Amino acid sequence: MRKLYFSNILAFLLLFATSVFAQHHSEESTSTDSSAVTTTAHATEATEEAHGEGKVDLGHMIMHHIGDDHKWEFAHGISIYLPCIVKTESGLKVFSSRNLEDEHGNAVAYEGLIVEHGKIHAEDGSHVLDLSITKNVASLLLSAVLMALIFFSVAKSYKERAGKAPKGFQSLIEPIIIFIRDEVVKANIGEKHYRKFLPYLLTLFFFIWINNLLGLLPGGANVTGNIAVTMVLAVITFLVTNLNGKSTYWGHIFAMPGVPKWLLIILTPVEIIGIFTKPVSLMIRLFANITAGHIIMLSFIGLIFILKIWAVTPVITAFAVFMNVIELLVAFLQAFIFTMLAASYIGSAVEEHHH
Amino acid sequence: MELLTPDLGLIVWQLVVFGVLFFVLAKFAWKPIIASLHEREASIESALELAENTRKEMAELKAGNEKLLAAARAERDSIIKEAKEVSDKMIAEARNEAQKAAASEIEKARVAFDQEKASAVASLRKEAASLSLEIAEKVLRTQLADRAAQEKLVSSLLADAKLN
Repeated sequence: MRKLYFSNILAFLLLFATSVFAQHHSEESTSTDSSAVTTTAHATEATEEAHGEGKVDLGHMIMHHIGDDHKWEFAHGISIYLPCIVKTESGLKVFSSRNLEDEHGNAVAYEGLIVEHGKIHAEDGSHVLDLSITKNVASLLLSAVLMALIFFSVAKSYKERAGKAPKGFQSLIEPIIIFIRDEVVKANIGEKHYRKFLPYLLTLFFFIWINNLLGLLPGGANVTGNIAVTMVLAVITFLVTNLNGKSTYWGHIFAMPGVPKWLLIILTPVEIIGIFTKPVSLMIRLFANITAGHIIMLSFIGLIFILKIWAVTPVITAFAVFMNVIELLVAFLQAFIFTMLAASYIGSAVEEHHH
Repeated sequence: MELLTPDLGLIVWQLVVFGVLFFVLAKFAWKPIIASLHEREASIESALELAENTRKEMAELKAGNEKLLAAARAERDSIIKEAKEVSDKMIAEARNEAQKAAASEIEKARVAFDQEKASAVASLRKEAASLSLEIAEKVLRTQLADRAAQEKLVSSLLADAKLN
């Protein structure tokens, strides 16, 4: 119900926004107008158009922001050059990413390596393995440190105040842990097995949530909106699920009970595909939701620069703030959904004859 | 497409970071947190159970007390009743006895009175007889002082004797 409500408001605002831009733009060229309107709906389409026109390259800007990079740019001109670690055929090379660009920010070759489309390649075309601390990796490490600090301090307060009511930061985290334990893990996996999977699912939930939130910070990296990150999480969940699969689970896949034998010819392949579609859906859901949120917000802000009408700034800022608030909800929601589904997949794997 | 192609370097880093984070958190954060949460829940549950049991015990104790009180009350009533009966009996007995005693005393008194009366009457008679004799003597003495009177008497007596 609430979701529906939000999406209604969003749809209304988008409509409103479109009409506002159309109004303002009647004075200017129609081609830009169409590009501006398209931007609100499909940022990716705008990329090509903007490329063609050579104006404000919003699409490129957005892709640059949601993608990975070898330097961490907080604002224009304020960036940290992150270390590059590249394994080439001639050995491991470690150097600052500052060496890969000149003073104008154009890519230059360094020790036979050059950045193309955000990735390090060898100039001679030989294969290289890029293990650089990119923006995403740095953010990943930062979030890991942050999580370690948070949960070590919480664990410490549990030890210090054993048997007492929670206090301070502990009482902020405790309801979330209990919520995940009772409503997500215990509810899906069951009283018998849930303890074994609780640490993984708690780590999963907080990892996604904290990285989602860090991604919303200005200058933050788009870690959970990166398909490599979500893929690893999905693959781990896939392994945890299938390595713990009990006979009932496999029985339901290869010989669904209560189904005529001839139907199994169809059903078994579907079930086998199902094993793999589950983690794939996990991977894509998180990646797409977070990336889409980033694209929408960047599009709103980009509109100001496309329209170049300062009067719309407050309106667009209001939209952006509104979206940001929704993204805060989405950050929690996606972490919750990922954990919930992972728990339900694991739950179906460890379940034993319940018919 | 760049967005949809997972980068090998990031996959490696994500595996390492997430793996390390999982093991570190599992050992140093989740384990103590979950354990103490469980411990606290267990202690709260046992405390609640204890409170419930205590309440039940209290109720039982109260019921017992009331029973005891009722029994004591009944006993008191029966004791009082008994005592009353005994006292009534005793009073009745005492009264009877007193009555008997009084009756016998009265009887005795009457006997004694009768005896006294009899003796008194006897002595009175004796006294009266002696008195009358004395009086008679005195009277006779005075009347028979002269000769004539004596003769008159003797003759009258003789007359009486003759009649017999």
